[in-house]
Amino acid sequence: MDLLNAVVALSNFVLIPAIAYGSQLALGALGVTLIYGILRFSNFAHGDTMAFGAMIAVLLTWWFQAMGIGFGPLPTALLTLPLAIMGCMALVLVTDRLVYRFYRAQKAKPVILVIVSMGVMFILNGLVRFIIGPGDQRFADGERFIISARDFKTWSGLDEGLAIKTSQGITVVVAVICVALLFWFLGKTRTGKSMRAYSDNEDLALLSGINPERVVMITWLIVAALATTAGVLYGLDKSFKPFVYFQLLLPIFASAIVGGLGSPLGAIAGGFVIAFSEVTITYAWKKVLGYLVPESLEPDGLVQLLSTDYKFAVSFVILLIVLLFKPTGLFRGKAV
Amino acid sequence: MSEQMKKLGLFALVGALILLTGYMQSWNSALQILNMGLISAIMAIGVNLQWGFAGLFNVGVMGFVALGGLATVLVSMPPVPEAWSQGGAGVVLGLALGAATIVAAALVASRLPKGATRSLAILGVLVAGFFLFRAVFDPGVEAVEAVNPAVSGYLGGLGLPVVLAWPVGGVLAAGGAWLIGKTALGLRSDYLAIATLGIAEIIIAVMKNEDWLARGVKNVIGLPRPVPYEIDLQNDPGFVDRASGLGIDPVTASTLYVKLEYALMFLVVLVILLWMAQMALKSPWGRMMRAIRDNEVAAEAMGKDVTRRHLHIFVLGSAVCGIAGAMMTTLDGQLTPGTYQPLRFTFLVWVMVIVGGSGNNFGAVLGGMLIWFLWVQVEPMGLALMQLVTSGMAEGSALKSHLLDSAAHMRLLTMGVILLLVLRFSPRGLIPEK
Repeated sequence: MDLLNAVVALSNFVLIPAIAYGSQLALGALGVTLIYGILRFSNFAHGDTMAFGAMIAVLLTWWFQAMGIGFGPLPTALLTLPLAIMGCMALVLVTDRLVYRFYRAQKAKPVILVIVSMGVMFILNGLVRFIIGPGDQRFADGERFIISARDFKTWSGLDEGLAIKTSQGITVVVAVICVALLFWFLGKTRTGKSMRAYSDNEDLALLSGINPERVVMITWLIVAALATTAGVLYGLDKSFKPFVYFQLLLPIFASAIVGGLGSPLGAIAGGFVIAFSEVTITYAWKKVLGYLVPESLEPDGLVQLLSTDYKFAVSFVILLIVLLFKPTGLFRGKAV
Repeated sequence: MSEQMKKLGLFALVGALILLTGYMQSWNSALQILNMGLISAIMAIGVNLQWGFAGLFNVGVMGFVALGGLATVLVSMPPVPEAWSQGGAGVVLGLALGAATIVAAALVASRLPKGATRSLAILGVLVAGFFLFRAVFDPGVEAVEAVNPAVSGYLGGLGLPVVLAWPVGGVLAAGGAWLIGKTALGLRSDYLAIATLGIAEIIIAVMKNEDWLARGVKNVIGLPRPVPYEIDLQNDPGFVDRASGLGIDPVTASTLYVKLEYALMFLVVLVILLWMAQMALKSPWGRMMRAIRDNEVAAEAMGKDVTRRHLHIFVLGSAVCGIAGAMMTTLDGQLTPGTYQPLRFTFLVWVMVIVGGSGNNFGAVLGGMLIWFLWVQVEPMGLALMQLVTSGMAEGSALKSHLLDSAAHMRLLTMGVILLLVLRFSPRGLIPEK
């Protein structure tokens, strides 16, 4: 019984949140890694692209709610997601046309493109704050829980409750669909193959008649879709706040680098590695240990390895370890 | 000659803008802009050392600035003897144990042969050391933080003159930069960027959470000042006489006097650092740096140790940022870790360097002053613009109030646009490198 309680407590506070967070990070990291693979620079504006896409979804959700359109037990935001993705696609295509294309034509050094993306980051950040304000926005509606802690307790008769939030369930389902679609696209379609060819060897791809501008455009479209989805899922799970998306940049980059920049599979693995280590290291283990060890050994403190405010430090330390011992990441990404 | 004229003209323009603020708004705000502009110029010199001289992409400026601020507290605040007697030993011993653990792990790493045994041994040392560290450190911290938490609850500083904190801030930032540079330099430039971005966030997280160090988010206020207090000046009959002789009322005169004195001190520091940076740029060392920046492979083939040189300049540039951070905290008179934002302290400094002209120290100074002026003034300008735009709208309409409220966020937008325009049409900045 104690063991079961421990398992339930562990899944409730560690496994489920970490899986949801990991899926969100993985979607974000996929966007970063695709940009890196095709356009060959680290896009600092990615967090704010996510914020922009999510902002459209928030505004549309409010509009839908005002019109009385709902999605039953599911959050209305899911209904607005396709529209939000289209809005975000328009944004990235405009920025690419106005900003990035010039430097691509010049064959500018990657670091120049990074600085350019810094400028785009400023503009998007300002734009989002300008339109929706810097405050916290809640837009989750529909059923709050798939399984609530109380229902689970009466059903199982255990002391510990297991709660699965709707947002967590949706996150995992949507992330799986997105990743499956992406891999099908990259692996099976002609366009996807040309993208991978372009990423592997630009000159060879050009020689075989692949149109680079088309590859770049499709990359941006996919990135916009991934970023918006990640942004909306994160916003549903926590809440929408422009500054938080900017701060997500660090764990997202850490995920992409840990997995191997330029490798989509690595981005997903990296996202889960980062999410699980963040959650396990900042979780207070007292409850779980209380069930597992005999009463005399029960710990007095919270058995929290690091306070939650240090979660950035966790992703950072993992990043450093990987950079020091395996600079190309877990899955061999682009070499140094 | 015309280049000299352009340079002079641009600096005159910034001076005129600040003077205009004095005439149009108030001399107090003009001096405030000047003071922060001088500090921003020093930060820009630091980043320019790294980026302009050596091509290092450091986006952790905020962290080094914050370390400088921390130095101000550690140097200038009076110590809290009770906290030291209650938990000082625990904290110091705990930190020593933590350091010893890392040294031990490093020793194990260097002594044992590569393999599973070594990895396990390192892991064992680290885990055991971590728990030992927490066991000694935590009670000490608790004891320190329990001492009169409303006003102190931290160990305090050394009680030395606050100006001493400026070089100390530089040293502290240099130490942090050495640690991060040792690990992350030599990797590709994007990785250095992410690593510095991360270290800056961690430094801020530590400063926010470790209350025993500098009270965390409870802030340290009332830092000692290197200049007299306004109230003392107002009570000084000699000063009041001189002020009325100039025809200014004593209250305004005292605030202006204090700000001018700060401006003078900052100007001295700026001139010294600028002179040093110019000398470094012209020296063989500076030429070597630029050679490395322009072609790493060739420089390496000529026998230059690229990673080592990069470490040098990374530490130097960060130290300059640390000095600027200490000066800024001195000017504010308080340390508020919650106000350190990467957009304001890292990326804005980058805009300054790029706009001013990377690789040119005068460009960095100009960019620092000019961009700081715009950062402050865009907000009232944006508000005026919004009032103009919305003047035709109905009173009390939702859109009108939203637009007026949002004017405050115009500055981020403006900075982004300025950065992109400069990068596109004048990529070498206002005062380009020769």
